[in-house]
Amino acid sequence: MKLKKGVPVIDQGNKLGFWGGKFGGNFVPETLKKPIEDLEVLFNKLKKDKKFIQERDKYFKNWIGVPTRFIKLENLTKHVGGAQIWSKVVSDANGGAHKVYNATVHCLLAKRSGKKVIIGDTGAGYAGKMLSMAAKKFGLKCKIFMGAKDIARQQPNVKAMKKNGAEVVPVYSGSQTLVDAVSECMRFWVANCDTTAMCVGSTVGPAVFVRICGWSTSQISRELKVQLIDEFGSIPKKLKLYNCVGGGSSSFGFWNEFMDYDKKQCEFIGVEAGGPAKSKKHAAPLTYGSKIGILHGAAQYVNQNSDGQIEETESISAGLDYPGISPLHCFLKDTKRARYTAASDEQALEAYKLVTRFEKLRPSLEPSHAFAVAISESKKLSKDTIVVVNSCGDAYKDRGILEKRLGKKYVKSN
Amino acid sequence: MLNPISVAFKKAKQENRPALLTYIVAGDSTKKQSLDILKSISKNADILELGIPHNTPVADGSQIQTSSYRAIKNGMKMNDIFKIVKDFKKSNKDKPIILMGYFNMIFQYGENNFLNKCNSSGVNGLIVVDLPWPENKDFAKKCKKKSIYFIQLLSPTTTIKRLKKIIKDSHPMNYFISMLSTTGGKLKVSPNHILKNYTKIKKIDPKKEIVIGFGITEKTIGKLKSADGLVVGSAICKEISKSLKYRQNPVTNVSKLVKKLKNKIL
Repeated sequence: MKLKKGVPVIDQGNKLGFWGGKFGGNFVPETLKKPIEDLEVLFNKLKKDKKFIQERDKYFKNWIGVPTRFIKLENLTKHVGGAQIWSKVVSDANGGAHKVYNATVHCLLAKRSGKKVIIGDTGAGYAGKMLSMAAKKFGLKCKIFMGAKDIARQQPNVKAMKKNGAEVVPVYSGSQTLVDAVSECMRFWVANCDTTAMCVGSTVGPAVFVRICGWSTSQISRELKVQLIDEFGSIPKKLKLYNCVGGGSSSFGFWNEFMDYDKKQCEFIGVEAGGPAKSKKHAAPLTYGSKIGILHGAAQYVNQNSDGQIEETESISAGLDYPGISPLHCFLKDTKRARYTAASDEQALEAYKLVTRFEKLRPSLEPSHAFAVAISESKKLSKDTIVVVNSCGDAYKDRGILEKRLGKKYVKSN
Repeated sequence: MLNPISVAFKKAKQENRPALLTYIVAGDSTKKQSLDILKSISKNADILELGIPHNTPVADGSQIQTSSYRAIKNGMKMNDIFKIVKDFKKSNKDKPIILMGYFNMIFQYGENNFLNKCNSSGVNGLIVVDLPWPENKDFAKKCKKKSIYFIQLLSPTTTIKRLKKIIKDSHPMNYFISMLSTTGGKLKVSPNHILKNYTKIKKIDPKKEIVIGFGITEKTIGKLKSADGLVVGSAICKEISKSLKYRQNPVTNVSKLVKKLKNKIL
């Protein structure tokens, strides 16, 4: 299995949509074949269309507010005493997380295809919040599927979705988290694909959804590349990009533009959710060697039992609480372009405490996983190493969990 | 030897009626109970579909989801399914059985292993919900070698060009999904509309048997009887759930329901 240079990773799949010949694909009911093919044709055309790109860039700039900041975490760096720790503050984006890029592009595509309704899944609630926001902006009716457990633990985002006029559909099946929300959303699409557009909230699902999402979030690395050159005059000789990985949308977007650099110069580190330290359950299929299976239309490494039943996951972070992982990351793992590891709930909380103690930055529980590993590895790295952590979400949505686990002062600060 | 599925269609045609296909989830609610249901409905059903329970069924509505979760909770494993089929076939050698499920279960079992087991236990056909054409070409070929029908699904969204290609590659039986819906949805199009689509498909190759499924209940089955075969699934799963809820015997109740369904298409 090999990564090609000079070809965007999203376009490196084969004719049937498999990366590396075995990850991804389209394992979908026959009913969805046509709408998926229609979306593929539309996306392949529009991603080469200058006018469409201009339109996308206009909304990214004026509405999402790109570029997001690239800042040095001076105090944290001093405290850790190793590599220079920087952050790409993607949570600056309108709505507070990277999910807004994919949501905006899906709404633009839905408009072009003449659909009046858009549906989406959500875990942490950011994908849902952003889709509801974008749907409102572009005049589309919006329905969000969300696990009942996630609705309870991510209330601020649920309120935001409702405020934006979206219908939030609670999903009570299975573990009542993201995996069930995606299933239910796909079911709704099977029954309504003639009138409705579907947005998959991450780089998962049938191949075209993986591609659209990766294409959208790549905005992050496009900006970062410019910002690095502005800051250092060129791409640093020792650059390490840390990102949390749930479905894998923010990490893929954070790395995409650096794909062709040698990994010795530019290393990618993906941090999965290891779950509670005392629990055997986790949401880290790449770290813990899960087998390849099929989930939500795509072949990927996925937590499952020997029969092929998808296993329940556990993580403090709703956004990472997913048993599978993007086919793109399976491909990056097997080609050894990226390295994957996990942080536990407790390590993420500790990292959150440390970051908020030293910096005016409030990463949500998802990027706190990435900070945990970045901080611990930075200690051993030289001072000329540039560590960049994607702070892809804001902790406002987590205040209930943070208050419960860390006490009130961590919610009020900043 | 002719596949018992084809024999069943022949027999139904001789009686001037569509074949009746039933669907239950294997192990719903216990292994023994689903074997008993199969045995008792086999008098009236021509072809028996047995669902492989999966916990992430993206094309199933609430009835079949409930049945699947129930079966898994009661410890249903892949090997138990083959055991049910084998036990059933001991006393019903010629009654065709079709397994229906999601590809991950087959993928984890290993395609070849799975097909060998199908053969040795007496499975006659397979429906794999999330393995569409052309992705299913290789697997369908393997099925053919084992004399197992791989049943292609056709949907109202399948274009005519695609229909032709799928049917050209298909085995003697195909399955037309009546409407845009997950399983168990309320019939939202008229039976006439469904039959119009059915006829369009049938014309492509009249020799291939086409069954219609999704949304078929006691109320609607009579209006579709000009088809080669009709599948009832969710309505049966619902009957099982209802029986359990009221502490009645699912075997007797499902059996009664299947008899009623049969009477509607005579």
